[in-house]
Amino acid sequence: MAGESESRTLSGPVISWPSVMVVFLLLAAASYGALIQAPEEATMGLVQRIFYFHVASAWTGFVAFIMVFIGSVAFLRTRALKWDWLSVASAEVGVAFFTIVLVTGPIWAKPVWGIWWTWDARLTSSFLLWVLFVSYLILRTLVDEPERRAMVSAVFGIFATLDIPLVYFSIWWFRTQHPQPVIGGGGSLDGRMWRVLMLCWLAMLGVMTLLIRVRYRLEAMRTEVDALRLEAARHVR
Amino acid sequence: MKNLNFLVAAYVAIWAIFCVYLISVARRMAGLQDDIRRLKEGGK
Repeated sequence: MAGESESRTLSGPVISWPSVMVVFLLLAAASYGALIQAPEEATMGLVQRIFYFHVASAWTGFVAFIMVFIGSVAFLRTRALKWDWLSVASAEVGVAFFTIVLVTGPIWAKPVWGIWWTWDARLTSSFLLWVLFVSYLILRTLVDEPERRAMVSAVFGIFATLDIPLVYFSIWWFRTQHPQPVIGGGGSLDGRMWRVLMLCWLAMLGVMTLLIRVRYRLEAMRTEVDALRLEAARHVR
Repeated sequence: MKNLNFLVAAYVAIWAIFCVYLISVARRMAGLQDDIRRLKEGGK
């Protein structure tokens, strides 16, 4: 399956320097916005500034996991391994972003709620989503044959993404400790805070794009190694 | 400056997670590049 078009992904640079510079500038601007430019929240004070990268990471994680769904469905339809590469790259990057969410959330919660963690619907479903995608990555290590690994992963990836609506809508459906949603909920956000949040999300989407591209290349290289090993084994026989 | 330590901890954690992940990907890539070079040399 690693045909000519797929092997072409190994030629040329993984990411261009201009794109790295753009993302770096976006991150610098987002950090300035979150730490200095955004107004201080009246009740929570300084610690509320964690919110900008916490929420932006959660939304970016959702985008990465939706890409796993798209890649998994596309693989099942076409059987082209490039879609499996996209799925695993997106899953791993999504796990990194959700690790940020699960680490920064408790750091924010301790001074605001007085506790690090509570098993409410939003926190539990977010943790479950992270566990599901960590399981997806572990599952891949248990299957050696690339085609079969891609097939099993695609089915599991589709199943895992079903948790995304549960995470997102849990604060509408259940009474939770977690604050109200920023979009479409009862919460209101100052215009300047809103602009900083959007800038942080844009920066995180830029980081996600670069990381997925690098991780995609890694998966392409792994397929090349498998093909070379197979060829070497044929020569020995 | 109340709770500054929590704010600093959160931002340090974000960058630490990105750094650990980037190092992990770079190490795996370097390993695979070595494998590809070795296998191509062995095939000649």
